Amino acid sequence: MTGNTIHVVVNGESRELPGNLTLLQLLDHFGLDPRTVVVELNREIVRRPVLAGTTVSHGDTVELVHFVGGG
Amino acid sequence: MAPTRVAAKDAPLVVGDRAFRSRLIVGTGKYPDNATMVAAHAASGAEVVTVAVRRVDLDRSKEEGILHHIDPEKYCLLANTAGCYTGDEAIRYARLAREAGFNEFIKLEVIGDRETLLPDVEELVRAAKVLVAEGFQVMAYTNEDLITALKLEAAGCAAVMPLASPIGSGLGLLNPFAIRTIKRRLSVPVIVDAGVGTASDACVTMEQGVDGILMNTAIAEARQPVEMAHAMRLAVDAGRRAYLAGRMPRREVAVPSSPTAGMLD
Repeated sequence: MTGNTIHVVVNGESRELPGNLTLLQLLDHFGLDPRTVVVELNREIVRRPVLAGTTVSHGDTVELVHFVGGG
Repeated sequence: MAPTRVAAKDAPLVVGDRAFRSRLIVGTGKYPDNATMVAAHAASGAEVVTVAVRRVDLDRSKEEGILHHIDPEKYCLLANTAGCYTGDEAIRYARLAREAGFNEFIKLEVIGDRETLLPDVEELVRAAKVLVAEGFQVMAYTNEDLITALKLEAAGCAAVMPLASPIGSGLGLLNPFAIRTIKRRLSVPVIVDAGVGTASDACVTMEQGVDGILMNTAIAEARQPVEMAHAMRLAVDAGRRAYLAGRMPRREVAVPSSPTAGMLD
């Protein structure tokens, strides 16, 4: 880790991200639409209205899921 | 396509707080392409479509999720917990699905075996109780065992969904007696989920008196999915009508259909 970056496990992969990133900014970082993605931070669901007020910390685990085809 | 006439005495399919005219629920997996899926859904007449919850592929983030192809205003989305092998995992997926914000319905699956994809009924009943307590309308995928079906109903499930045969097998209705028994004994809707392979399977299944059928592979893996979707719509409707009409008794002897009197000397 150098300077203002943090390491976060996103969907099972360690990613280097800018520090002080909110979850809403994280979605934007990956080009994702918050209306179609559900976010889990350290196994707890983070509801959409609070994505912008929730900051990601070094060592966090984030899951980003959406609906796909299935039976 | 002209709408099919609803059988005169038939009531809508009511699951939880929703009523549906169609008794066919279809999946969204395994289609050759999205355009075919959309056309097949339209041809099926289904009002409910199932979806799965999975990780977004971050390296292909422009890849569209299924919601780019399905209008949630037009179809009731039924998220599943497919691929979950413990009750806790299924509960986690159900909560994520609900957070997507469409409805409280969840198609609860807890798989117990990778080869047969048969359910782990112990974990299934446990997860159903937790989710019902959290306000979910649980539609539980199960085997054709009456006792499990009764436990799922007692747990507060909105619908019980016994299999016709294993998921994706296309083997059709293997145990009509067990399905009829479950239907006879339960008050909540019984929707047969999994195993239907072709239209005749769907028709025979509906003739048992069940409330509906959920299928994915039989349509998606047909050579012409849109044609098969239409065939399934007709088959579900035919089977339902035949059930309501009441079949003739089975006899081990022939009985002539034409008068025996009035024959020439």
